[in-house]
Amino acid sequence: MASSALPLPRRHRRLQQRQWIPYVFIAPNILLFMVFVLGPVVFSFAMSFTKWEALSPGVFIGLKNYVDLLSDDVFITAVRNTILYSIGTVLPILAVSLGVALMLDARLRGRTVFRVVIYLPVVISWVAGSVIWRLIFIHPYGVLNNMLSWFGIPPQLWTNDPYLALPSIMFLTFWKNLGFNTIIWLAGLQTIPASLYEAAMIDGANRRQVFWRITLPLLAPTTLFGLVTGVIGSFEVFVPVYLMTGGGPGYASMVLVMAIYRSAFQMYQMGYASAIAAVLFFMILVVSWLQIKLFGREVQY
Amino acid sequence: MTVEATTGETAGLQAKVGRRRGRSAIEGESWRELSAVAQVALYVILVILSALMLFPFVWMVSTALRPAGYETLQTLIPQPYLAFENFAKAWSYRGTFFTQWLVNSVVISFVATFMSVVLNALSGFAFAKYDFKGRDALFICVLATMMVPFQVIMIPVYVVIAAYLGLANNYWGVILPSTASAFGIFLMRQFMQSIPDELLDASRIDGASELRIFSQIILPLSMPAVAVFAILHFLHMWNDYLLPLLVMTRRQMFTFQIGIVNFQGEYRAEWNLMMSMVLVSIVPPILIFLLFQRYFIRGIAMTGMKG
Repeated sequence: MASSALPLPRRHRRLQQRQWIPYVFIAPNILLFMVFVLGPVVFSFAMSFTKWEALSPGVFIGLKNYVDLLSDDVFITAVRNTILYSIGTVLPILAVSLGVALMLDARLRGRTVFRVVIYLPVVISWVAGSVIWRLIFIHPYGVLNNMLSWFGIPPQLWTNDPYLALPSIMFLTFWKNLGFNTIIWLAGLQTIPASLYEAAMIDGANRRQVFWRITLPLLAPTTLFGLVTGVIGSFEVFVPVYLMTGGGPGYASMVLVMAIYRSAFQMYQMGYASAIAAVLFFMILVVSWLQIKLFGREVQY
Repeated sequence: MTVEATTGETAGLQAKVGRRRGRSAIEGESWRELSAVAQVALYVILVILSALMLFPFVWMVSTALRPAGYETLQTLIPQPYLAFENFAKAWSYRGTFFTQWLVNSVVISFVATFMSVVLNALSGFAFAKYDFKGRDALFICVLATMMVPFQVIMIPVYVVIAAYLGLANNYWGVILPSTASAFGIFLMRQFMQSIPDELLDASRIDGASELRIFSQIILPLSMPAVAVFAILHFLHMWNDYLLPLLVMTRRQMFTFQIGIVNFQGEYRAEWNLMMSMVLVSIVPPILIFLLFQRYFIRGIAMTGMKG
């Protein structure tokens, strides 16, 4: 007792002196967060109430930017296209990747090869993906138009066609993101206890029943995760739009981040662009709140 | 996965595999085994799907090897010959600086990854192993930054970098904004919490400083988390486009990704040269992926399902 009590005061003093140590350890990151995340959030919100051109300081104009947004066709098109893009990519990708994951979860030789192939587009850059798909879409001598001609379909303009520009970007997104969601589903499938399948099989359930009654309900957390990250990710789409269509033709494939970029860095209306950014941020917060509110209760397994 | 791929159909080995995955051999046979017809059908679907997923890559490689004047010829094997000279031609094209762009991308990716690993591991260590005032509130604030996508704050971030810090056309302008990572801190904290406190206390009694404990005990023991984060962060930095697009406006300061786009912008017709450079740009990510496959899966398992 006496021998162990002896070093205690000294150790205690040293621990007291060490109280500042964790603060030092987190200080660099906290500083970086303040400069590059927290500060900009506040700054961005403040800028949205100003007329701010290029790098010159802004002039306070109240809600004018937001009022102007309501009558800005480019902005309204961008909101509509962003939602269309979101629905047109997230749901098909979630559904198809679930199918692929179920196939790859079966006992199958060489499935690692299939996993790798499906995941390859995820690891390359959006720049590479976009440029490759531009090549595929070339009019009129691109490979896609060539293949369509086998079926007697005339060459399409794809990224230069007002009706096909956004779907073209969706095709690329489907190809690029399918593997990510497949791996997410596979990870979710691994968490389902085998005893449940066993019990269902003993009770005479068929594969279809097992899928709808066991697999899908138990994948609810994975579904929620895929849905939230998918929708938020789709709201943030920029590189493929910027590189494949530039938001065109006209404004046919304009999306919100493209609209922010255009206003801020092509037209130098930083204040106005910040108002669009605030709307986008609001949309992202609402979607995450809604999805967690709607599905959050059911995923407590 | 590799176990299954290499073992035969003997029951004993299958039982082993089943146990490895926490599933007994019996139910493995009842619900995981497929009939021969189902297996063939699955293979057909998967092969078609894989072919569709691979086709853009194949077409890109094929185009990269087409001689000048034959860029849009619709043959899988480049005609009339394989133009390996395209790489050299693109690399030294007038107005391009591919060597410099490659150096920029390599330096940025390595420095950023190193800094990010060290700083986020330090933060993760502090959050996992110290009890300090405001810890939980601070940690929630850190997690909250995940809700803020870069696209939403890119304007003020650009203003801060260009106007206040004077870091436009500077490596640090691309490195610093992505260094602090809530994802990284979360990953490190989760992992480091599993390291027993007794290990740290023992070293403290031996007189080790806290920084020494971090570098000699915590960091080596956290290698799995460090590796996952380092790989994902390196890939992010290598592939990133939007931030460098805003920060790097001088031609010589472009990253490789911006260089490719710029090349496309000016010489749109020369698809073969373009694709040769796209091919070069995707070699590092694909190599990293093939070499460290399991880390990608682990990264998703560690964070995706918990986050």
